[in-house]
Order: sequence, then structure tokens, then C-alpha cells
Amino acid sequence: MKQKITYLGRVYWSLKSLLTGMKVTLKEFFTPKVTEQYPENRKTLKISERHRARLIMPHDEEGNNLCIACGLCQNACPNGSIRITTKNIVDEESGKSKKTLVSYEYDLGCCMFCQLCVNACPKGAIKFSNDFENAVFDRSKLVQKLNK
Amino acid sequence: MYDFSIITTAIDQFLRSLMPSGLAIFIECVLVGACVLVAYIVLAIIMIFMERKVCAAFQCRLGPMRVGFWGTLQVFSDVFKMIIKEIIDLKRTDNMLYNLAPFLVVLSSVLTFSCLPFAKGMEVLDFNVGLFFLMATSSFGVLGIMLAGWSSNNKYSMIGAMRSGAQMVSYELSIGISMLTLVVLSGTLQLSEIVSRQSDAWFIVKGHIPAFIAFVIYLIAGNAETNRGPFDLPEAESELTAGYHTEYSGMGFGFFYVAEFMNLFIVSGIASTIFLGGWMPLHILGLDGFNAAMDYIPGVVWFLGKTFFVIWLLMWIRWTFPRLRIDQVITLEWKYLVPIGIVNLLIMTLCVVMGWTL
Repeated sequence: MKQKITYLGRVYWSLKSLLTGMKVTLKEFFTPKVTEQYPENRKTLKISERHRARLIMPHDEEGNNLCIACGLCQNACPNGSIRITTKNIVDEESGKSKKTLVSYEYDLGCCMFCQLCVNACPKGAIKFSNDFENAVFDRSKLVQKLNK
Repeated sequence: MYDFSIITTAIDQFLRSLMPSGLAIFIECVLVGACVLVAYIVLAIIMIFMERKVCAAFQCRLGPMRVGFWGTLQVFSDVFKMIIKEIIDLKRTDNMLYNLAPFLVVLSSVLTFSCLPFAKGMEVLDFNVGLFFLMATSSFGVLGIMLAGWSSNNKYSMIGAMRSGAQMVSYELSIGISMLTLVVLSGTLQLSEIVSRQSDAWFIVKGHIPAFIAFVIYLIAGNAETNRGPFDLPEAESELTAGYHTEYSGMGFGFFYVAEFMNLFIVSGIASTIFLGGWMPLHILGLDGFNAAMDYIPGVVWFLGKTFFVIWLLMWIRWTFPRLRIDQVITLEWKYLVPIGIVNLLIMTLCVVMGWTL
């Protein structure tokens, strides 16, 4: 499929492609700028929905979460920043034992925000929020208990 | 129309009435030199600020915003930082050439800068081979760059300087040819005369198609001549750290930096002088009221407005295209720009001879 391009054809095509590029940047020149002037505009700050700043576990009004304590997120985490403590509760009606969550500990200090835990979760019980102001004065405060 | 020569003549007569004419001329020279240098620095500061803002806008950013209102004082703090930096004496370099090189670069661009006609009667160097002189002075900046690369005793500097030499010597040709095209149209090399012949219509309108082609060639070659834009491979950061000025610190680097920006201003200034009418206001044939209204805007404003428009065009080119390889740079020049330029020169000559110009 190699076509022979003439001299003037090359001039034409290169000019055309150069002008296409210049059109793109000209459009970019007049679009609203994405820079956020952070400390001044804390009130109106816009952060992308997909920004990963902190792992959270959403709870409904009654304080229930979707976690089934399967431990997949703990296994998926490359840094070992998630620790799940479980206990077995025997259901009185059926007599079956069921694994339930006691505490979901998340260490923000060694999280690398790879989102593998969120992808591994079969129930969608955890997600990343874009609440990014996570600085604390004590390292122990970085270890958070996510379930209620 | 405002004529700046009234002021200069008044100053001249005032000085001559006080002292002998030799001394008066000497004082005038010093005054003019100081004015040129001040204008040079002020424009360089404006240009650096503009570069940062325009570059940011093309990349969907805001640029410097913190120092002063909208970052206006950013350049001053940059300059201050550069001044207080230590100038390092390197061992095993050719010390004299090493220290001489930045001055050659700045000298070349100051000489070229003083050729520009800013307004009516506001030309420092204006004589009958002005454009020729301008090309001669602008082309010895490459000597400073070569010396900087050679004397630094550094591989990066050397490669950068060699690339710069190959590139600037090549693109000088295209600039010359496209200027020559306009000289054919104007029939003079004197810059003030070139401007005053555009009083009815700018040359880019008068010379229509060939003038426009020459303008495009001039913009491409001008970008290459200032080592900017897609042609910044003499100082390609990713390959050569900083090219020919790798070893310079403090104001040595500052001189190269300022000279690079002022070369951009000079290239744009020449473009606006020979293509867009220089300080000549926008005149449309037949609309006398409009022309009279345009005459009320002073020539300096027109000149700077056009120049900054061309600078913006060049910055647009710079922040759009990726850097070329050295063989692509040379191919573009010798296989495309020079032949097209020469054919264009012939077309322009034909147009002028046959009277096909507007």
C-alpha cells in the first residue's frame, strides 16, 4: 500500500497536517484553563471524579455496608495496607455459620492508590473518594477503621 | 501622523546650542545607546512574560500566577535570581572565548535590534542598505553560539553548537530569499523607505500570493533562526541538557536567554516591517475617514502591535509541533524551503515586471 507521493503532494499533505495541528492548539488556547489555584479556591475547587485520594466504605442510613468480609481486597493489595478482622457468627434460624466483618483497617500511609482492591471487590463495598486533604501530624492517625 | 524626528531634532538643536557639535553628537550617541539598551531589556522582560503565559495557555494552564498580579513580577524575580547566582570559572575551558561568546550573541542582537524602525523618525540605524546590514549583523550571532559550544569543553555544548551552526547557516538562506522577494517588490533596501512605501497597502496585500508564500517561508525560517519551536534541537533539553549554554551559569546564561528572546522579537519585528507595514497604520484605499482615524494611533503602537501578533504566531508554531530531527531540519530547508523560495522569488519578479501587484 505504499503510494508514491509527488513533491508537491508532500508539500500539500504536510501543510494540511501542520494546519490540523495548529487548529487543535488554537482551540486549546481559548478553552477555559484547567489549573486550580488550590489554597485560594478551596471553596470552588473542582477535582476529577476519578481522582483516588482515600479509600472509603460507603454506609447507608442504618449504618450497614456491603462488605461480606471475603478478604479479596486484602489479598489484592500489593502493599498490605488493608487488614480485615473477621469472626464467624452462627445464624440462629438455619444454624449455618457466616463470616462477618469485625474491623476493616486501612493504612493510608502505605497505600499507593492502585485501585486493585476496588477492582477486586465483588460487591462494590469500597471505593476511592477524592477527599484529598489527608495530612495528619501523627502516623498512627493514618491507620483508619473504615467500617462502623 | 506623528513624527518622532521633531523631538530628536529639538534635542539635537538644544544640545548644539549649549556645546560644540562634536560633544553634542557624542552625548546623543550615548543617549541613543542607553535608550536602545533600555528598550531591549524592557521588551525582553515583556517577551519572557508573554512566552510563559502564551505557552501556558496553549497547554491549557494558567502559567505564573503567584508573584504579583497575574504573575507580572515573576520575570523580575527570575532575573534577580539569575543575577545573584555565582558565575563559575570552569577549568580546562578556553576562558577568553568562553567569556566572549555571550557578548557576541548579545551584541549581534542589539545591533540588529537598533535597525528596527519603531515609528516615523524613530530609527536608530537607517541607511540605504539597511536590510542588508540587518542580515549581516543578525547572522554573526551564530559565531557566538559556536564559540560557546567550542570553548565550554563539553560534548553536549559542542553537539548543540554544531547543530545550531548547521541549522542557522542553512535557514539564513531562506530568510534572505524571502526578504529578497519583498525587496523586489519594494525596490529599496532602506527600512524607513520600505515602510513608507506601504502607506497605501501593506506588502503582504500588495504582493498577494508570492508575498504570502514568502511570509510563510519567513516565519518557518525565522523560527529556525532563533533556535526555537520545532527547531530547538541546538538546545534540545531531553538530549543535550541545554545545548550550547550547558556550562554557563548566572548572567552568562542570562545573556543567551535574553538574546534568544530578543532574536524572536527581532525576527517578528522584521516580519512586521517588511510584510505588515511596520509602523504604518492600516490604510484601506477609498475609506478616507477610516484612514484618518487610524492615523491617530501612534506608529509605535502599530509597530509593537503587529510585532507582538507575529510573536504570538511564532509561539503558536513553537508550542504546537514536536522537535524535528537534524536530518529532517536540513531536508526541510534544502529540499523544500529554498527551492520554493527561489521559485517564489521568480514569481514575484514576474509580478513586479508585469505590473500584477496591487
